[in-house]
Amino acid sequence: MRYLPKSPADRKAMLQAMGASSIDDLFAPIPAEYRLGRDLKVPRQMAESEIVDWFRERSRENGDNYATFLGAGAYSHYRPVIIDSLISRGEFLTAYTPYQAEISQGTLQSIFEFQTMICELTGMEVANASMYDGSTAAAEAVMMAVRVTGRRSVVIARSVHPEYREVLATYAHHQNLPLSTCPFDDDGRLNLQELGKSITSDTACVLVQSPNFFGTIEDTSAIAEIAHKKGAMLVVSIAEAVSLGIVEPPRQADVIAMEAQSFGVPLGFGGPYCGVIATREQFVRQMPGRLAGQTTDRNGKRGFVLTLATREQHIRREKATSNICTNQALVALMVNIFMTIYGKVGLKELAKQNLAKTAYAAGQFNKHAKVLFSGAPRFNEFVVQTSEDPYAINSRILGHKIVGGLPLKKFYPELGNAALWCCTELTTRSAIDTVVGMVVESERSVKAGKEEVDVQEVTR
Amino acid sequence: MKHMTRKATRHVNQNEGLIFEKSSAGKAAWKLPPLDVPEVDVSALLGSSERTDLGNLPEVSEIEIIRHFTRLSTWNYAIDLGMYPLGSCTMKYNPRVNELVVRLEGLANGHPYQPEPISQGALRIIKTLSDCLLDITGMDAITLQPAAGAHGELTGLLMVRAYHQSTDAPRKKILIPDSAHGTNPATAAMVGYAVENLKSNSQGMVDVAALTAQMNEDVAALMLTNPNTLGVFEQEIHKIAEIMHAKGGLLYMDGANMNALVGKVRPGDFGVDVMHLNLHKTFSTPHGGGGPGSGPVAVKQILEPFLPTPVIMSKPDGTLGVEDDRPQSVGRVRAFYGNFGMFVRALAYILANGPDGLRQTTEDAVLNANYIRKGLEGVYDLPYSTPSMHEVVFSDKLQAKKGVRTMDIAKRLIDYGFHPYTTAFPLIVPGALMIEPTESESKEEMDLFVEAMRSIAEEVEEDPQMVLDAPHSTRVSRLDETAAARKPVLRWKPGI
Repeated sequence: MRYLPKSPADRKAMLQAMGASSIDDLFAPIPAEYRLGRDLKVPRQMAESEIVDWFRERSRENGDNYATFLGAGAYSHYRPVIIDSLISRGEFLTAYTPYQAEISQGTLQSIFEFQTMICELTGMEVANASMYDGSTAAAEAVMMAVRVTGRRSVVIARSVHPEYREVLATYAHHQNLPLSTCPFDDDGRLNLQELGKSITSDTACVLVQSPNFFGTIEDTSAIAEIAHKKGAMLVVSIAEAVSLGIVEPPRQADVIAMEAQSFGVPLGFGGPYCGVIATREQFVRQMPGRLAGQTTDRNGKRGFVLTLATREQHIRREKATSNICTNQALVALMVNIFMTIYGKVGLKELAKQNLAKTAYAAGQFNKHAKVLFSGAPRFNEFVVQTSEDPYAINSRILGHKIVGGLPLKKFYPELGNAALWCCTELTTRSAIDTVVGMVVESERSVKAGKEEVDVQEVTR
Repeated sequence: MKHMTRKATRHVNQNEGLIFEKSSAGKAAWKLPPLDVPEVDVSALLGSSERTDLGNLPEVSEIEIIRHFTRLSTWNYAIDLGMYPLGSCTMKYNPRVNELVVRLEGLANGHPYQPEPISQGALRIIKTLSDCLLDITGMDAITLQPAAGAHGELTGLLMVRAYHQSTDAPRKKILIPDSAHGTNPATAAMVGYAVENLKSNSQGMVDVAALTAQMNEDVAALMLTNPNTLGVFEQEIHKIAEIMHAKGGLLYMDGANMNALVGKVRPGDFGVDVMHLNLHKTFSTPHGGGGPGSGPVAVKQILEPFLPTPVIMSKPDGTLGVEDDRPQSVGRVRAFYGNFGMFVRALAYILANGPDGLRQTTEDAVLNANYIRKGLEGVYDLPYSTPSMHEVVFSDKLQAKKGVRTMDIAKRLIDYGFHPYTTAFPLIVPGALMIEPTESESKEEMDLFVEAMRSIAEEVEEDPQMVLDAPHSTRVSRLDETAAARKPVLRWKPGI
């Protein structure tokens, strides 16, 4: 086996050194009746070239070379080449959690820079080293609010990513935290009257997403005011990090739970991504996850360590703020490098291109179908209502090697034949014109009262 | 050559400030293509939501970024540089073909919501890996959704809770041995359970009599790591499982130490009902400075209805699909499918090994740990003489007489060119030195390690202060962690 650095003679010499006659001696502590007397049923040992071929085949079966209008919590942005050049360095890739600070300063300093940039972008005072992803970050941020306020119930905007809401429901269920959902208005934003009514003296926090699942930017100042008036905290989830280049961050929030995938992390069929929690200094001791802090060594030289570990499971065990241990360090490094590349000016210009492509696409769609929620500002996603089922339209679009918007029937049946479309800097005008053209055809054929063509439905 | 390290030598490394200290207005490392749609009036579109100030984000050029992160990288130790004997962390070689295949276009750019007909490649990877892991563990059903080991624990205990709730009451307690990893009690608390400690016996194993006494109808499960954190196989595992099952409890296995078992023995065969794996330990996906991980949870048939959604299933036409409608499911534990990139890497690792390679890997891991044990026995105190599997735990009892503790020895080991072992864990061994070499170390590398550890033991006798002041060869000496925690500086600010 090519990963194993021992010759048969080495193994023999080692066994001899410890006075064992065979390797079986070392497995003697395992009762004989449990020892596996056969080969595992896994594929036979493959050569490297065979492994590459096998995965190439899988890659070809997986929408290789399709343009996409999908967003909904996973965004297709350009990834500068140097991200992979740098994260492929073995010193980053093959290092452990930086508990031994003296030989982990590279990782620690980069986490410190990551935390700083997340603070700058979110307007918060502290940010952690990462969480698993945006969905679990949101759930943990809510539980953090429960600890800070000593209250139990949670109000969640219905415009929060449906899968994030499902994850929160899973986490909250056995903690007995009552959850209530607050509806959205005709402009796609949270209904503030309903919000006012749903917050009680037991509400720990309000969870909203901005831009929300429909791409609509919430009025987080107004939401914060309503929540704070009743002593509840405001937790804001941000799933599309690029929005921060041009959309004012929710500075009035108490906790921000982010998904930073947009910052240089491959779509990768849904993971690994990079969650982050940012908050105000006063709440830092209730924050989950690792934190890097600046300090000095014995000679007064600047250095970095993991700090405030008394919040964490390896010290506090069942009294910890969370059970999180392994986080998303290498992905956070990708995010860090991405933020460094685009920086203060580039991130704004990048966000502006997303805005321009989306404005163009929404404008084109709106000429022929109904673009919902146009009464409020949006970033790079929008909802289109068509006469025909979006699954049927998408299955025809797929023939052009383009993946259409996400049909919303499963998550929001009340919106009818609606789909969520996303444009980024990678979306071309010609792809937009092609899909709009196909929606035009669909509308025409429905209006002409033609028999619906029997189209094989694309599932999901 | 006394007290001279054969493995390491000093070399120049570069100083490097924070990236913010290099920033100046007008430098850029980016270039966007020209817009192919009309420009927009941002304030007209966004109104009061428009952001105008991006604060102190840096402005630097591409070469500066390359040098910045390359220089930082040289300050890290890594598996690629040498042995990384962190006990219970399984720091093994991270094969590079894994990094290539995960970047293939269709896999790297696959969107989790793309239609099923063009997701067959990714679903096939999930299915194939699931099937392999099921045979490796001897379990019946599996979810790959959890993002890390602790997340797997959470998922597993949620299923335990749902199981008891489906038949009866949810039960109140989880039993956890005193040698367990901190995530176990933290997870139990997150799922709403009370934690009850279970004492180890004089051999470092579960005290079966104590278990019998503590087990009752209030206990939902026992969370057991096997081999445990001492590297000891729980020989009475069958009795343990019987005691749990007799009173309607379940046996949860923390699979952190699965590297000692793959291909040799299967948890499903010795009575485990639910367990998690760490793909970033046993299955070679890179630790990346602390993550990402992946924590699949495998279960017996009785727990299958409670698996988190979605579940991958084969359709009658032979294609793969996703099933959401599972009324007894604990729900979703993460958006989308989990850390898919880790599945690709873990599967590539399994394919590179095959059944023979996986078995040899386990044998070598156990051989290496025992070789180190033999090499250091007598020089360091061995608190439990029970046979070791993939890791061995010594204590600093002998060195403590000179005022030198496990952390000091660990820091001195850095000067010899090694990453420290795990210090001060498990908690049942005061001053623990927990050493797990994994299968990735050659005899030569381990001989160097043994030599270094023996040399440090001599230094403790001759010049303890020198060991207390270690490390001597690093960019920074020991850092003031107390000050860091007392007045936390968690971000850079201009002028600091």
